[in-house]
Amino acid sequence: MKMTKIVRSTANTFAPFCLIFGLYVVVHGHLSPGGGFQGGAVMATGAALLLVAHSYQDIISLIRQNTMKLCETIGLLMFITAGLSALTTGGAFLRNWMAHNGGAFATPVAFGANPGVLASAGLIPILNIAVGIEVLGGLTVILLYMLSGVKEQEL
Amino acid sequence: MIRLLWAFPFITVAILAVIGIDAMLFKRNLIKILMGLGLLEAAVNLFLVATGYRQSGIAPIFTNAPDAPQMVLPTVQALTLTSIVIGVATLAMMLSFTMIIYKKYGTVDSQQIRKLKG
Amino acid sequence: MRFALLTALLLILLGGLLHIAAGLPFGNPPVTDMDDYFIRHGQEQTGANNIVTSVVFDYRAFDTLGEATVLFTAVLGVGMMFRKLKPGEEYEND
Repeated sequence: MKMTKIVRSTANTFAPFCLIFGLYVVVHGHLSPGGGFQGGAVMATGAALLLVAHSYQDIISLIRQNTMKLCETIGLLMFITAGLSALTTGGAFLRNWMAHNGGAFATPVAFGANPGVLASAGLIPILNIAVGIEVLGGLTVILLYMLSGVKEQEL
Repeated sequence: MIRLLWAFPFITVAILAVIGIDAMLFKRNLIKILMGLGLLEAAVNLFLVATGYRQSGIAPIFTNAPDAPQMVLPTVQALTLTSIVIGVATLAMMLSFTMIIYKKYGTVDSQQIRKLKG
Repeated sequence: MRFALLTALLLILLGGLLHIAAGLPFGNPPVTDMDDYFIRHGQEQTGANNIVTSVVFDYRAFDTLGEATVLFTAVLGVGMMFRKLKPGEEYEND
Protein backbone atom coordinates (compact mmCIF):
# COMPACT_ATOMS: atom_id res chain seq x y z
CA MET A 1 0.00 0.00 0.00
CA LYS A 2 1.09 3.53 -0.67
CA MET A 3 2.44 5.83 1.99
CA THR A 4 1.77 9.60 2.10
CA LYS A 5 3.59 12.09 -0.09
CA ILE A 6 6.00 13.22 2.63
CA VAL A 7 7.19 9.68 3.33
CA ARG A 8 7.61 8.90 -0.36
CA SER A 9 9.67 12.00 -1.15
CA THR A 10 11.88 11.45 1.92
CA ALA A 11 12.54 7.86 0.86
CA ASN A 12 13.35 8.98 -2.68
CA THR A 13 15.88 11.47 -1.35
CA PHE A 14 17.48 9.12 1.18
CA ALA A 15 17.84 5.85 -0.76
CA PRO A 16 20.84 6.84 -2.98
CA PHE A 17 22.82 7.88 0.11
CA CYS A 18 22.21 4.45 1.62
CA LEU A 19 23.51 2.82 -1.56
CA ILE A 20 26.66 4.98 -1.65
CA PHE A 21 27.41 4.40 2.01
CA GLY A 22 27.01 0.66 1.58
CA LEU A 23 29.42 0.71 -1.35
CA TYR A 24 31.92 2.67 0.78
CA VAL A 25 31.72 0.08 3.56
CA VAL A 26 32.24 -2.76 1.02
CA VAL A 27 35.23 -1.26 -0.80
CA HIS A 28 37.11 -0.17 2.37
CA GLY A 29 36.74 -3.64 3.88
CA HIS A 30 40.44 -4.18 4.45
CA LEU A 31 41.06 -0.78 6.11
CA SER A 32 38.18 -0.12 8.48
CA PRO A 33 35.50 -2.24 10.15
CA GLY A 34 33.18 -3.64 7.52
CA GLY A 35 33.59 -5.91 4.56
CA GLY A 36 31.39 -7.80 2.15
CA PHE A 37 28.50 -8.99 4.30
CA GLN A 38 28.05 -5.80 6.30
CA GLY A 39 28.13 -3.49 3.26
CA GLY A 40 25.75 -5.74 1.34
CA ALA A 41 23.25 -5.55 4.20
CA VAL A 42 23.44 -1.73 4.24
CA MET A 43 22.78 -1.61 0.50
CA ALA A 44 19.81 -3.95 0.84
CA THR A 45 18.46 -1.62 3.55
CA GLY A 46 18.40 1.22 1.01
CA ALA A 47 16.40 -0.94 -1.40
CA ALA A 48 14.05 -2.04 1.40
CA LEU A 49 13.35 1.61 2.24
CA LEU A 50 12.08 2.14 -1.29
CA LEU A 51 10.00 -1.05 -1.14
CA VAL A 52 8.27 0.00 2.06
CA ALA A 53 7.46 3.56 0.99
CA HIS A 54 5.97 2.89 -2.44
CA SER A 55 3.25 0.47 -3.41
CA TYR A 56 4.23 -2.87 -4.95
CA GLN A 57 2.90 -2.06 -8.42
CA ASP A 58 4.94 1.17 -8.65
CA ILE A 59 8.24 -0.24 -7.52
CA ILE A 60 8.24 -3.52 -9.46
CA SER A 61 9.18 -1.63 -12.63
CA LEU A 62 12.19 0.03 -10.96
CA ILE A 63 13.71 -2.83 -8.93
CA ARG A 64 13.14 -5.73 -11.28
CA GLN A 65 13.34 -9.28 -9.97
CA ASN A 66 15.41 -10.56 -12.89
CA THR A 67 18.03 -7.83 -12.37
CA MET A 68 18.48 -8.76 -8.72
CA LYS A 69 18.70 -12.48 -9.53
CA LEU A 70 21.40 -11.66 -12.07
CA CYS A 71 23.28 -9.63 -9.43
CA GLU A 72 23.25 -12.56 -7.05
CA THR A 73 24.51 -15.16 -9.49
CA ILE A 74 27.22 -12.84 -10.84
CA GLY A 75 28.45 -12.26 -7.27
CA LEU A 76 28.87 -15.95 -6.51
CA LEU A 77 30.46 -16.68 -9.90
CA MET A 78 32.94 -13.83 -9.39
CA PHE A 79 33.96 -15.32 -6.04
CA ILE A 80 34.58 -18.77 -7.53
CA THR A 81 36.44 -17.36 -10.55
CA ALA A 82 38.74 -15.32 -8.32
CA GLY A 83 39.46 -18.47 -6.36
CA LEU A 84 40.16 -20.54 -9.47
CA SER A 85 42.52 -17.88 -10.80
CA ALA A 86 44.85 -18.65 -7.92
CA LEU A 87 45.25 -22.20 -9.28
CA THR A 88 46.79 -20.90 -12.52
CA THR A 89 49.69 -19.12 -10.81
CA GLY A 90 50.99 -22.01 -8.80
CA GLY A 91 49.17 -22.06 -5.50
CA ALA A 92 46.21 -23.51 -3.67
CA PHE A 93 42.54 -22.62 -4.23
CA LEU A 94 41.77 -19.05 -2.99
CA ARG A 95 45.41 -18.21 -2.28
CA ASN A 96 46.26 -14.51 -2.01
CA TRP A 97 48.64 -14.41 -4.97
CA MET A 98 48.31 -10.70 -5.70
CA ALA A 99 49.59 -9.52 -2.33
CA HIS A 100 53.35 -9.55 -2.99
CA ASN A 101 53.60 -9.89 -6.76
CA GLY A 102 53.71 -6.30 -7.96
CA GLY A 103 50.37 -6.36 -9.75
CA ALA A 104 47.31 -4.20 -9.33
CA PHE A 105 46.59 -4.50 -5.60
CA ALA A 106 50.10 -5.10 -4.33
CA THR A 107 51.30 -2.03 -2.39
CA PRO A 108 53.17 -3.32 0.65
CA VAL A 109 51.95 -2.02 3.99
CA ALA A 110 54.22 -0.69 6.73
CA PHE A 111 54.14 -2.51 10.04
CA GLY A 112 52.23 -1.00 12.93
CA ALA A 113 49.76 1.86 12.97
CA ASN A 114 49.43 3.73 9.67
CA PRO A 115 46.77 5.55 7.64
CA GLY A 116 45.59 2.92 5.19
CA VAL A 117 46.42 2.52 1.51
CA LEU A 118 43.42 1.62 -0.64
CA ALA A 119 45.20 -0.37 -3.35
CA SER A 120 46.69 -3.02 -1.07
CA ALA A 121 45.88 -6.53 0.19
CA GLY A 122 45.78 -8.49 -3.02
CA LEU A 123 42.71 -10.60 -3.64
CA ILE A 124 40.74 -9.33 -0.62
CA PRO A 125 39.02 -6.24 -2.22
CA ILE A 126 37.86 -8.37 -5.17
CA LEU A 127 36.33 -10.96 -2.84
CA ASN A 128 34.71 -8.15 -0.81
CA ILE A 129 33.01 -6.67 -3.88
CA ALA A 130 31.82 -10.12 -5.03
CA VAL A 131 30.25 -10.92 -1.66
CA GLY A 132 28.72 -7.41 -1.41
CA ILE A 133 26.95 -7.78 -4.75
CA GLU A 134 25.73 -11.24 -3.80
CA VAL A 135 24.28 -10.18 -0.46
CA LEU A 136 22.52 -7.16 -2.04
CA GLY A 137 20.94 -9.38 -4.69
CA GLY A 138 20.01 -12.14 -2.26
CA LEU A 139 18.31 -10.02 0.39
CA THR A 140 16.40 -7.94 -2.17
CA VAL A 141 15.11 -11.06 -3.95
CA ILE A 142 13.86 -12.45 -0.63
CA LEU A 143 12.00 -9.19 0.05
CA LEU A 144 10.46 -9.11 -3.43
CA TYR A 145 9.25 -12.71 -3.21
CA MET A 146 7.65 -12.10 0.19
CA LEU A 147 5.93 -8.93 -1.03
CA SER A 148 4.51 -10.70 -4.07
CA GLY A 149 2.59 -13.08 -1.82
CA VAL A 150 0.76 -10.36 0.11
CA LYS A 151 -2.80 -9.69 -0.95
CA GLU A 152 -3.62 -6.03 -1.50
CA GLN A 153 -6.15 -4.79 1.03
CA GLU A 154 -9.00 -2.57 -0.10
CA LEU A 155 -9.11 0.62 1.96
CA MET B 1 28.30 -10.47 44.69
CA ILE B 2 31.02 -8.29 43.15
CA ARG B 3 32.25 -11.34 41.28
CA LEU B 4 28.74 -11.89 39.93
CA LEU B 5 28.64 -8.33 38.59
CA TRP B 6 32.01 -8.67 36.87
CA ALA B 7 30.79 -11.46 34.56
CA PHE B 8 27.79 -9.39 33.45
CA PRO B 9 27.81 -10.28 29.73
CA PHE B 10 27.64 -14.00 30.48
CA ILE B 11 24.70 -13.51 32.85
CA THR B 12 22.90 -11.63 30.08
CA VAL B 13 23.57 -14.55 27.75
CA ALA B 14 22.03 -17.00 30.22
CA ILE B 15 18.90 -14.89 30.78
CA LEU B 16 18.36 -14.24 27.06
CA ALA B 17 18.78 -17.93 26.20
CA VAL B 18 16.27 -19.05 28.80
CA ILE B 19 13.74 -16.39 27.69
CA GLY B 20 14.16 -17.61 24.10
CA ILE B 21 13.63 -21.27 25.00
CA ASP B 22 10.61 -20.32 27.12
CA ALA B 23 9.05 -18.46 24.17
CA MET B 24 9.61 -21.42 21.88
CA LEU B 25 8.01 -23.90 24.30
CA PHE B 26 5.02 -22.08 25.69
CA LYS B 27 3.62 -19.81 22.98
CA ARG B 28 0.97 -20.86 20.47
CA ASN B 29 1.32 -18.23 17.77
CA LEU B 30 3.84 -19.29 15.10
CA ILE B 31 5.33 -15.79 14.77
CA LYS B 32 6.05 -15.66 18.50
CA ILE B 33 7.83 -19.00 18.31
CA LEU B 34 10.06 -17.57 15.59
CA MET B 35 10.79 -14.54 17.74
CA GLY B 36 12.00 -16.91 20.45
CA LEU B 37 14.36 -18.55 17.97
CA GLY B 38 15.74 -15.12 17.04
CA LEU B 39 16.37 -14.34 20.72
CA LEU B 40 18.26 -17.64 21.16
CA GLU B 41 20.49 -16.88 18.18
CA ALA B 42 21.23 -13.39 19.53
CA ALA B 43 22.26 -14.90 22.86
CA VAL B 44 24.69 -17.31 21.21
CA ASN B 45 26.28 -14.53 19.13
CA LEU B 46 26.73 -12.36 22.21
CA PHE B 47 28.40 -15.24 24.02
CA LEU B 48 30.87 -15.77 21.18
CA VAL B 49 31.90 -12.12 21.07
CA ALA B 50 32.17 -11.79 24.86
CA THR B 51 34.59 -14.72 25.00
CA GLY B 52 37.28 -12.88 23.09
CA TYR B 53 37.58 -9.70 25.14
CA ARG B 54 40.90 -8.54 26.56
CA GLN B 55 40.83 -5.92 29.26
CA SER B 56 41.29 -2.36 27.87
CA GLY B 57 41.80 -3.67 24.36
CA ILE B 58 41.01 -1.94 21.08
CA ALA B 59 39.54 -3.32 17.86
CA PRO B 60 42.06 -5.43 15.85
CA ILE B 61 42.58 -2.80 13.13
CA PHE B 62 45.89 -1.08 12.41
CA THR B 63 44.52 2.02 10.61
CA ASN B 64 45.22 5.05 12.83
CA ALA B 65 45.67 2.87 15.89
CA PRO B 66 47.25 4.25 19.11
CA ASP B 67 50.82 3.25 19.90
CA ALA B 68 51.62 -0.22 21.28
CA PRO B 69 48.03 -1.31 21.85
CA GLN B 70 46.54 -4.50 23.15
CA MET B 71 44.02 -5.96 20.75
CA VAL B 72 41.01 -8.17 21.33
CA LEU B 73 40.93 -11.64 19.74
CA PRO B 74 39.96 -11.51 16.03
CA THR B 75 39.06 -15.13 15.24
CA VAL B 76 35.96 -15.17 17.44
CA GLN B 77 34.54 -12.19 15.54
CA ALA B 78 34.95 -14.12 12.28
CA LEU B 79 32.89 -17.00 13.72
CA THR B 80 30.17 -14.55 14.78
CA LEU B 81 29.93 -13.11 11.26
CA THR B 82 29.18 -16.52 9.80
CA SER B 83 26.68 -17.28 12.56
CA ILE B 84 24.71 -14.08 11.98
CA VAL B 85 24.40 -14.71 8.24
CA ILE B 86 23.21 -18.28 8.79
CA GLY B 87 20.64 -17.01 11.29
CA VAL B 88 19.27 -14.57 8.73
CA ALA B 89 18.97 -17.31 6.12
CA THR B 90 17.14 -19.68 8.48
CA LEU B 91 14.70 -17.00 9.64
CA ALA B 92 13.89 -15.98 6.05
CA MET B 93 12.99 -19.54 5.09
CA MET B 94 10.86 -20.13 8.18
CA LEU B 95 8.93 -16.89 7.72
CA SER B 96 8.10 -17.83 4.14
CA PHE B 97 6.86 -21.23 5.43
CA THR B 98 4.60 -19.35 7.85
CA MET B 99 3.13 -17.27 5.04
CA ILE B 100 2.27 -20.40 3.03
CA ILE B 101 0.70 -22.04 6.10
CA TYR B 102 -1.46 -18.98 6.64
CA LYS B 103 -2.53 -19.05 3.01
CA LYS B 104 -3.66 -22.68 3.28
CA TYR B 105 -5.17 -22.88 6.77
CA GLY B 106 -6.34 -19.32 7.40
CA THR B 107 -4.81 -19.19 10.88
CA VAL B 108 -1.39 -19.11 12.54
CA ASP B 109 -2.42 -20.87 15.74
CA SER B 110 -0.34 -24.01 16.15
CA GLN B 111 -3.09 -25.91 18.01
CA GLN B 112 -5.56 -25.31 15.17
CA ILE B 113 -3.13 -26.42 12.51
CA ARG B 114 -2.66 -29.71 14.28
CA LYS B 115 -6.38 -30.42 14.47
CA LEU B 116 -7.48 -29.61 10.94
CA LYS B 117 -6.69 -32.45 8.57
CA GLY B 118 -7.27 -31.99 4.85
CA MET C 1 0.84 -31.04 35.02
CA ARG C 2 3.05 -30.84 31.95
CA PHE C 3 3.12 -27.07 32.26
CA ALA C 4 4.46 -27.27 35.82
CA LEU C 5 7.05 -29.89 34.91
CA LEU C 6 8.39 -27.87 31.98
CA THR C 7 8.53 -24.70 34.07
CA ALA C 8 10.49 -26.50 36.78
CA LEU C 9 12.94 -27.82 34.17
CA LEU C 10 13.42 -24.33 32.76
CA LEU C 11 14.14 -22.90 36.21
CA ILE C 12 16.72 -25.62 36.85
CA LEU C 13 18.31 -24.79 33.49
CA LEU C 14 18.43 -21.11 34.38
CA GLY C 15 20.09 -21.88 37.70
CA GLY C 16 22.69 -24.11 36.07
CA LEU C 17 23.52 -21.57 33.36
CA LEU C 18 23.88 -18.74 35.89
CA HIS C 19 26.16 -20.88 38.02
CA ILE C 20 28.41 -21.59 35.04
CA ALA C 21 28.29 -17.99 33.82
CA ALA C 22 29.48 -16.58 37.13
CA GLY C 23 32.63 -18.73 36.98
CA LEU C 24 33.83 -17.85 33.48
CA PRO C 25 36.81 -15.50 33.17
CA PHE C 26 35.87 -12.26 31.49
CA GLY C 27 38.67 -9.97 30.38
CA ASN C 28 41.61 -12.35 30.06
CA PRO C 29 41.07 -15.38 27.84
CA PRO C 30 43.27 -18.30 28.94
CA VAL C 31 44.69 -19.55 25.60
CA THR C 32 45.62 -16.97 22.94
CA ASP C 33 48.43 -18.52 20.87
CA MET C 34 46.67 -18.57 17.49
CA ASP C 35 45.33 -15.04 17.84
CA ASP C 36 48.74 -13.66 18.82
CA TYR C 37 50.18 -15.22 15.66
CA PHE C 38 47.43 -13.61 13.55
CA ILE C 39 47.96 -10.18 15.10
CA ARG C 40 51.76 -10.31 14.74
CA HIS C 41 52.03 -11.71 11.20
CA GLY C 42 48.68 -10.83 9.59
CA GLN C 43 49.74 -7.47 8.27
CA GLU C 44 52.92 -8.59 6.48
CA GLN C 45 51.52 -11.85 5.11
CA THR C 46 48.28 -10.49 3.65
CA GLY C 47 48.85 -6.76 3.38
CA ALA C 48 45.54 -5.77 4.98
CA ASN C 49 45.14 -3.46 7.98
CA ASN C 50 41.99 -5.18 9.19
CA ILE C 51 42.88 -8.44 10.95
CA VAL C 52 39.27 -9.70 11.07
CA THR C 53 38.91 -9.30 7.28
CA SER C 54 42.21 -11.06 6.69
CA VAL C 55 41.03 -13.96 8.87
CA VAL C 56 37.64 -14.18 7.12
CA PHE C 57 38.85 -13.71 3.54
CA ASP C 58 42.44 -15.00 3.51
CA TYR C 59 43.23 -17.48 6.27
CA ARG C 60 39.71 -18.99 6.28
CA ALA C 61 38.45 -18.10 2.79
CA PHE C 62 36.94 -21.55 2.19
CA ASP C 63 34.50 -21.09 5.06
CA THR C 64 33.36 -17.82 3.47
CA LEU C 65 32.67 -19.69 0.23
CA GLY C 66 30.49 -22.10 2.20
CA GLU C 67 28.65 -19.23 3.83
CA ALA C 68 27.93 -17.55 0.48
CA THR C 69 26.50 -20.88 -0.71
CA VAL C 70 24.23 -21.08 2.35
CA LEU C 71 22.83 -17.63 1.56
CA PHE C 72 22.27 -18.67 -2.05
CA THR C 73 20.45 -21.82 -0.94
CA ALA C 74 18.17 -19.82 1.36
CA VAL C 75 17.13 -17.57 -1.54
CA LEU C 76 16.51 -20.71 -3.61
CA GLY C 77 14.24 -22.10 -0.89
CA VAL C 78 12.20 -18.90 -0.60
CA GLY C 79 11.81 -18.78 -4.39
CA MET C 80 10.55 -22.35 -4.41
CA MET C 81 7.86 -21.49 -1.85
CA PHE C 82 6.39 -18.58 -3.79
CA ARG C 83 6.10 -20.01 -7.27
CA LYS C 84 3.12 -19.14 -9.42
CA LEU C 85 0.67 -22.05 -9.64
CA LYS C 86 -0.43 -23.15 -13.07
CA PRO C 87 -4.20 -22.79 -13.75
CA GLY C 88 -6.06 -25.74 -12.27
CA GLU C 89 -3.34 -26.58 -9.75
CA GLU C 90 -3.78 -26.26 -5.98
CA TYR C 91 -1.60 -26.59 -2.92
CA GLU C 92 -1.26 -30.30 -2.22
CA ASN C 93 -3.59 -31.89 0.30
CA ASP C 94 -2.12 -34.49 2.54
